[in-house]
This record gives sequence, structure tokens and C-alpha cells, in this order.
Amino acid sequence: MQSSPTEPFPWFGMDIGGTLAKLVYFEPLDISTEEKETEVDTLKTIRKYLTGNVAYGKTGIRDVHLEMTNQRLMGRTGSLHFIRFPTSEMMAFIELAKAKNFPSLASNICATGGGAYKFEQDFKLHVNLDLKKFDELDCLIKGIHYIDRNNISSECYYFKNPNEPEACEKLPFDFRDPYPYMVVNIGSGVSMLAVYSQDNYQRISGTSLGGGTFLGLCTLLTGCDTFEEAIELASQGDSKNVDKSVKDIYGGDYNKFDLPGKVVASSFGHMISKEKRESVSKADIAKATLVTITNNIASIARMCAVNQGIERVVFVGNFLRVNTISMKHIAHAMDYWSTGNLKALFLEHEGYFGAMGCLLELLKTGPP
Amino acid sequence: MTDSSYSKSIEIPNDLVFKNLKSAKRFAIDIGGSLCKLAYYSTVKKKRSLVSDEDLVEDKPGSHIYKVSETDEIGYKLHFVKFETKYIEACLDFIQQDVIGGCHFPNKVIKATGGGAYKYKDLITQKLGVEVDKEDEMECLIKGCNFLLNNIPDEAFMFQRHEMPEYRFEPVDPNVFPYLLVNIGSGVSILKVESESKYERIGGTSMGGGTFWGLGSLLTQAKGFDHLLHLAEKGDHRNIDMLVKDIYGGAYSALGLPSDLIASSFGRAARSAGGTEDVSHKPEDIAKSLLLGISNDIGQIAYLNAKLHGLKKIYFGGYFIRGHPMTMHTITFAINYWSKGDIHALFLRHEGYLGAIGAFLKGTEEADSEKYSWRWSDMDVTGWKENLYSSSGLPSPRAFENPLPRDRSSTFDMFELDRYEKPQVHFPLLLDPASYFPDTEDLTQDHLAMEYWLNCFQDAIDGFVQRAISSQPNTKDAVERAHKFKANYIQKLNELRENPISHGSLTVRSLLDTREQCMEEFNFSDPFSEQKQKENEHALKQLKEYLDTLDKMDLDNRNLSLIEGLLAGNVFDWGAKEIADIMATGNFGFEQAKKKLQVRPWLFDDYDAWAERLKGPPHKCAIIFCDNSGMDIILGVVPFARQLLMNGTKVLLCANSRPALNDVTHSELIILMKKVAEISSVIAGALQDQKLQVLASGQGSPCLDLRCIDHDLAETLKQNETDLVVIEGMGRAVHTNLHSAFSCDSIKIAVLKNRWLAARLGGEMFSIMFKYERSKKVQVST
Repeated sequence: MQSSPTEPFPWFGMDIGGTLAKLVYFEPLDISTEEKETEVDTLKTIRKYLTGNVAYGKTGIRDVHLEMTNQRLMGRTGSLHFIRFPTSEMMAFIELAKAKNFPSLASNICATGGGAYKFEQDFKLHVNLDLKKFDELDCLIKGIHYIDRNNISSECYYFKNPNEPEACEKLPFDFRDPYPYMVVNIGSGVSMLAVYSQDNYQRISGTSLGGGTFLGLCTLLTGCDTFEEAIELASQGDSKNVDKSVKDIYGGDYNKFDLPGKVVASSFGHMISKEKRESVSKADIAKATLVTITNNIASIARMCAVNQGIERVVFVGNFLRVNTISMKHIAHAMDYWSTGNLKALFLEHEGYFGAMGCLLELLKTGPP
Repeated sequence: MTDSSYSKSIEIPNDLVFKNLKSAKRFAIDIGGSLCKLAYYSTVKKKRSLVSDEDLVEDKPGSHIYKVSETDEIGYKLHFVKFETKYIEACLDFIQQDVIGGCHFPNKVIKATGGGAYKYKDLITQKLGVEVDKEDEMECLIKGCNFLLNNIPDEAFMFQRHEMPEYRFEPVDPNVFPYLLVNIGSGVSILKVESESKYERIGGTSMGGGTFWGLGSLLTQAKGFDHLLHLAEKGDHRNIDMLVKDIYGGAYSALGLPSDLIASSFGRAARSAGGTEDVSHKPEDIAKSLLLGISNDIGQIAYLNAKLHGLKKIYFGGYFIRGHPMTMHTITFAINYWSKGDIHALFLRHEGYLGAIGAFLKGTEEADSEKYSWRWSDMDVTGWKENLYSSSGLPSPRAFENPLPRDRSSTFDMFELDRYEKPQVHFPLLLDPASYFPDTEDLTQDHLAMEYWLNCFQDAIDGFVQRAISSQPNTKDAVERAHKFKANYIQKLNELRENPISHGSLTVRSLLDTREQCMEEFNFSDPFSEQKQKENEHALKQLKEYLDTLDKMDLDNRNLSLIEGLLAGNVFDWGAKEIADIMATGNFGFEQAKKKLQVRPWLFDDYDAWAERLKGPPHKCAIIFCDNSGMDIILGVVPFARQLLMNGTKVLLCANSRPALNDVTHSELIILMKKVAEISSVIAGALQDQKLQVLASGQGSPCLDLRCIDHDLAETLKQNETDLVVIEGMGRAVHTNLHSAFSCDSIKIAVLKNRWLAARLGGEMFSIMFKYERSKKVQVST
């Protein structure tokens, strides 16, 4: 049954982060003949443009593998599409919206994330759109809950034996009764939230060493251009040539404190030597950067979880996209340092929960 | 070894660095990646003034009551020298010239710790002919930290950039445990220390000094760690980091994130974030971003560990800190931010020496042949005193902003300690030892006062030089040494002017102590000995008549006269320049002194309360900290003590263990009291029955630091249930202890003999301070 009155199409949720803007678009597939006849050209154009392409401009990308079909939202059935582009292209996006005549359809567009504040003026000025802003944390949590419950294939998963390449398995995790849990959202920076129930949660910590740090450092250190490139480079490297291990310092395990020799004692510690700097590869450096940032996040997350008395920690955010290395590292670090008491969980839709939540918030509020 | 980074040629100023090597024993070494710390202990032969009443021809007119002479004594010193590891070979060569034979290395071993202990093992064995015995690094750090916290006042401080004071030194807490020690070397180890023997590594992070250095070296052309710090000092991280305002356009108030907070370190360095054009980033900005990112992270992780274990004291050490203001500020900020101001980051003045101290102590613990009758680092026992004169002190914060080309003296950093003759403890009658500070004023917080006192000490120096020379008339090199003393003391004053916090709070006490230590360094053991002798004899001659006068008075008048006598006696002070000038004329007696005193009501006048108290039951036992020789002790203190004895109060007369100015020393006081006993039967009887005891304070200063008094004195105090503390004189009751609170009644009494200070306190020259304070102990009502 269609609820009425309904928010007019198109249905968008947008999450503008420090590095990436994330867009969730609901494509209605139950369009009646009557609707089809009255559907304005502009709406058709937008629908066709978004669903007919997988890449937009030079940098916009639709993550086809994440598409959720047969979704019922506000009585309508359709597909959810997940699209991302760099926040630095925000102005181009605004121009595109103008070119596609978006403002003729709606007087506002909803958004969350820091960019919802930062670009408010630009939306008003260039396309006369009011940005409807939603709370970032609300959106994130609501998005997680919606996608977890509505993804037909399993959304939540964990790694078994993350540290053993042969025996490592990705296994589904039943996230239906998750409370209390912690969310570690790794975007440019990192936010950590404790979630006690569906609507009781708070930001408890964070760190400035996040995805932006990885990409920024990799750009400076290796000259790479994109996150994908940096991850690809890292996957070919060996951080042992860059980091000093306990063994490098103590000649073996540090038994007094139960520290195995292979544990990293000093990230980038070898790089104080000129000879080692000259012999190391860019891939090694990229790998060390990735491992350093990853381990640090895992370490802070673990302590926060213990401080909060929480056992399940969900890692989300676009830093984890195409980044199994980090996920396995996190899984292993959490398991190892907590002696099995903490579980690292991951979600398939990594960075899109804020945008998803934003779309849900929009639909909840109804038309203006 | 073919390490090209060795520097073989370095000039070692042998009068300043590696002192007393010929008598050095028991070496230990802490070899870090960039800095090397050598520790050893030495015996030094030094002059000590000796007073003796043996073999004196009695009652011959003009004969002395005691003989003054000098004797040699052995002093014990701990030396720590810090230098860059690249000079290690040159330094080992230098040491090798002086240390020949087995006596320097018991069992032919040297204790070693630190990451480089393994790397340089063969070099050490080859150069010094000893085996290297490696000690666990963390254990050494903890031992070193415990030692410093127990022994060195003003060791720990909070750093509050742009605040007043910028360096806030912590009191010496008799209970140092439990605490968290965050050691930032190449990586970071977080240690929870619960007692001397109980500690564990509860966490750490691989992002530490090695990360800053290593990543910094990849990202910039900086030549080494210090260069990176220097770059960071000039950089602006906002060109590299993504701030909250870069993402939100302003603050994110709902989450309490200020707009300048770093949201993503290096977040602006990615191309996609900065647009497509290739921006070149300044090395200064990169270095700063890196320093902030790592410091913040360490602060956060330290906080999380402290919270997990319910600890409030977090000390930071390791080469990453190195007294660098920006690093300390960032860590402080992070701890403050995450703990919402509940926990403060603490830093150590001698953090670089923790490992070397610990390794050295390990060596002494294993050796039972050494003549240490008491443990070195017992929980509440202090055994060593920082030599303010010979130690380099904390580098000036400005040194990081403008690194000067290195000169000889900055190549080496020295930390020297003198052993107390006996163990020292907190004064047991302090109300709250954990919050006690001896000093009334920290000059670093008052530039006018600092200027005044530094000039005051500088102006007085020629008088000291003259007195020093005339105290050793038969010694050939006295003049030369006295002038060396002058030059070096002036240099020290200038260093303090440049960097007042180098040895902790700058106080009148620290300036006085530095001068005493400098005098001792140049072998002037007791320049005032003959002056004191003369004045003691002179005063003794007047005692009988004075006591008779007092005894004729009624009790009320006598009690007031006794206090006035204490005050008049206290006028005779060679440490106060204006008084010294008057006394130098020779025509200044007890009666003249009385006339100088302010008439009642005094500047601080609790006399009526004291007189009232005297009508009540007598105190059980009084301790009197004596000040000057001569009139002060004989005509001031003795009659006052005698009256207390007659009232039924036991009296503990307490004098300096070592000479300072014209203050009466313990050994002088013993002889003086024998002479007094010949004059006063009350004194004679009390000495006989131990109702009157003469004790040594453990100190050798014109001031009184109640954090380190003689252990035996503390025991005697407790045994006698002491319930009255009398502190006399400017040094002990005004410059220090003016605000000290005791758990029993106390009297603080002094004549203000410095015009400037008197004016500051709202009085004038010869204004009088008589503070009588009842016990501050809160009686718990049932």
C-alpha cells in the first residue's frame, strides 16, 4: 500500500565526508502506467543517467556490486544504488545537478556529513537548493540497521583465522541482536561510537589518523594518485623492510613482557637509516603506511571497547573499501591483543551507511 | 666496527665533563639510537672544616673555646654524562686514559642497557677491557624513574604552554606509586608501576620517536631527529592536515569538536583532497603535522591505558620528548582533551637519564661489598642531592626555536648528585607532605623578584670572594680558586637568567644552595669558620649576665624579652648584605641590635596568642631550627630554650649538618652547649637527662627544605612526641616555610633584614615576623 502523501521523487540520500561524497539513490521499479505518463522528463533523465551508467564524469562511480534490489521503502518497491565521488568534485556535482535541471523537481536536497554544512552556501547560490541537514551519527546508525536487515545476502561478516592466508575464511555474522556494540567509522578521520540500543548511542572517541592520513602520506611518499592505486601498491609491498620489529631491537622475543619478535616495535623505525631508505621500495612504504594506520586504529578501538565493556566492534567507512589487507589486520589485532575476547565485524556496504540513513531520515520527515 | 657515523675527533673539556674519572667506580652505560648516557660514581677528597675542643689549654686568657681546622673527607658523587652516540668511541678513548686497572670495574663488568648495548658491546670490551652485562631496558627505566621521583625535588612537572607558570613543578610525594610510565623511544611502551618490584607493560604503540624520525626522513631532507624538530617548530600543519573546519566549514558543536581540531592528519596531502594541481608541500609543514599526529596519538593511547587501569599519574619519558615544548604541549593537550582535564601529563627534568640511573642501580644492588648501609632508593628515603652547580639542567625552551651552532658545553649534558651522609626523609610533622613546597616564592613567576634576587646574588659575590680568600690564608692557590669560583658562579647566574627553570623552580633557596655547592666545588669548605668562632666566643661572654637579667624579670616580661632576644640575635646575619655592612664596622652589639627592631605591633604579631598559650600546659617537646652563630644562637636561642626546659618542655636543638654562611653547625653547637652548660645549670642538667638534645638537621643550607631532613632527627622527633616546631631566621622561615602547615603548633620568627623583601611583605627594614600557629591537624569529631 502506498502511503500518502509521499516525498516526491527523486529519492536521494547524501553523505558528504572529508574526502568522499556518498550518494544513495532509490530507483522505483513499480512505476504504474499512470505514473509513467506523468513522470516528468527531468526525472526520467536523472533516473536513466544514474542507473544507466557505472561511472560519472572522471571520478564518480556506482558500486554495482552493492546494489540492493527488491527493496520496499514507504510502500514503493525498487532498487537502491550506491554512488560515490570525491568531495573535491562537489562543485562539478552541483553543476551537473544544474545541467540535469534537478532544481525544477525539488527545492531541497538532503545531506549529512561535514559537507552538508560546508557546501550549504554553494547549493543555495548555484542551484537554489536548500540543503536539508541530518545528524551524522543518527544517519550512520539508522543506515547500518536498515541495510543489515534488508540485505538479502548477509551484510555482516567476520574473518576466521585472519592471520593465516591459507586458512582465512570470511564468514557471515548474525547481527540481529547486536547491542551493545561499537562502530568504528574510518573515513578521512576516525569516529568511534558506542551503541547501546536502536536510539541510544554516543561518540566516545576518534583519531585523526585515518583513511585521509593513509592516502595523504602515500601520496607524499610514493607519488600515487588514488586510494585504489595506494592499496594496490601496498598489496605488493613488505612492511618488514620499513618497520623495526621487536626482534630487530631485542634479537628475538621480548619474553619479559610477552612480546613476540615479529611484533612491530617502531613503525618506520628502519627508515632512520640512509642505507635502508635507499633500498626500500615504494610498495614496501605503502604497505608500512597501511599497516601503521590500521594497527593504530585497531589498538585505539580495542581500548575504547574494553573501557566501555563492549565485545563487538563493527568497522565501517570507505577506508575498508577494496582493502582486505586492513580488515584482516584489524581482525587479527583485535583478536590477538584481547586474547579472543573482542570480535571485529565488517559490513558489506562499508561507507554508505550515512547516506542510507540520510535517505531514511528524508522519507521519515515526508514532504515539506 | 666500520660505522661511518663515528666522529673520532671531539674535544672533551676535561674539567667539566667526565669529572673525577680517576676515582670513578662502577660504570653503567645506556646506549640509545641517538644519545648515549654514561653513569659512574666517584669518591672525591674534599676539605671539611673541623671544630674540636680537645687539647685546649683551659681558661688561659685569650684562648679559644674550640679549635678550627680543616680536614680531608671523602665525598661520594654520582655522575651522569649524556652525549651523542656518534661520539661514543671518542668518549670511550677518553675514559680509557684515566681508568686503568680493575678497581674501576668491580668484577670487570660494565652494566649496559638501551638499544645500542648490543651493537657497541665489542667496542666497549675492546676499549675498556671489561665485559658488557646487559640489563633489561624497561626495568632500568622504572628503577631510574623511582630513583628520581624519590630523590630529586622539582623532578616532575606539568607543561602549560603560554601559561604562568609554563613549567609547573610537582611536589615530592612520599608515595610515588602507582603511576604510569610512558616511554617514547623508537616505539612506545606503557608501563604500570605499582611498587619498586611490581610493574608490568600494559600497552604501547609502534608509533613513536622512530616513526617521527623515519617517516620524517622519508618525507623531508632533514638531517636527523633534532633537525626535524627544528623544522616542525617553524611549520604550519594546517597546510597538510584536514581540520574539522575543512570538513564542516566550522566547528562541529554537536559533538564538541572545535573547528581547529585535526580531523584527518595529512588529509590535505592527498591529490583528490587538494584538487588536481600538484601542490608542493613545505618540509616545515610536513614535520609539524607529523609531530602533532604522533604526539596526539601517544597522548590518547596513554590516556586510554590510564583509564583502563584507573591511574591518575602519567609520566612521559624517552628520547622523543627531549624537553621539546611543542611535543610536551601536544601530549599535554591530548591528555587534557581526552580526560576532560581530569588527568595531567607529567614530564621529568632528567627523563634522558632514566635508563642509565637504573642500570647503575642494578649494579649496586648486586654488589653487597659496597659500603651502603641503607638502600639507595627506599620508598621514602632520599639519599642523594642534585648538585645544582655541576648539573647542566633542562635546556631552554628557546633553544629549540633557534638552535645555535653547537659549542663544547652543549655537546655534553651533565647530571651530578652528591650523597647525603645519612638518609633523608620528609619532616614527620608536616601536615601534608605530598603537597609541601618549601619555597615561599617561585621567582620564575615574578620577573621583578627574579631580577632583584639575581642582581642581589651577583652584587654580593665580591664579598664572598674576599671572605673565601681570607679563610684560607696559608693556602697558595686560594686566590686563584676564589676567582674561578667567581667566574663560574657568575656564569651560572647568567645561565639561570637565560633559562630560569633549568633546575626546577628558581628560588632564593636554590640560588643560595647553588652558591654553597659552587664554593664547595672550589674547595672553600667553610669561609665563615673563624668569624663564627669569634662571634660565638664574644656572645658566650655575655650569656651569664644576660641570663641573670632575665631571671630577675617577672614571667610575663621575661617571656616577651625572650622573644625579643631571639629577634635581636637574628639581626646578626652575614648573609644579609645590609647587615653585613653594619657588622663589618665592629661596633654593633646585642643591645644595639635590640634597638633596631620594629616596636610592637610587629608586621606579623601573634605574640599575644603565644603568651596565652604559655599559660596552658607546657608542650611536650619542641624542636628549634637554629640559624646564625654568635648572638643569635647564644643570646637568642639558648635563653629561649632554657625557659622551655624550665617550663617542662623537652628541647631538640637542631643545626645544619654542613656549614652554610655563618649558620651554626651541628658540630659547633655541640661544643657551644658544653660551654653553655658551664654557665647554666638548667642546660647542664637537661643535657645530662637528655631533656635537651643537639641534633643535626641533615642540611647544609641557609634555608630549610623539610622534604629531606635527617632520618635520625625524624625518629627522635617521633619518639619525643614533638608538639612544637620553632623555625628561626629569614632563610628558614621567610624564604622557605612561610606558608608551611604543620600537624602541631609552630612558631616562625625572623627579622626582615632585606629592605626590598620587607617592602614586598608590606613592612620595612627590621620589620618583625612572629607567627604562632596552632596545630593545623583537623580533629575528627566522633
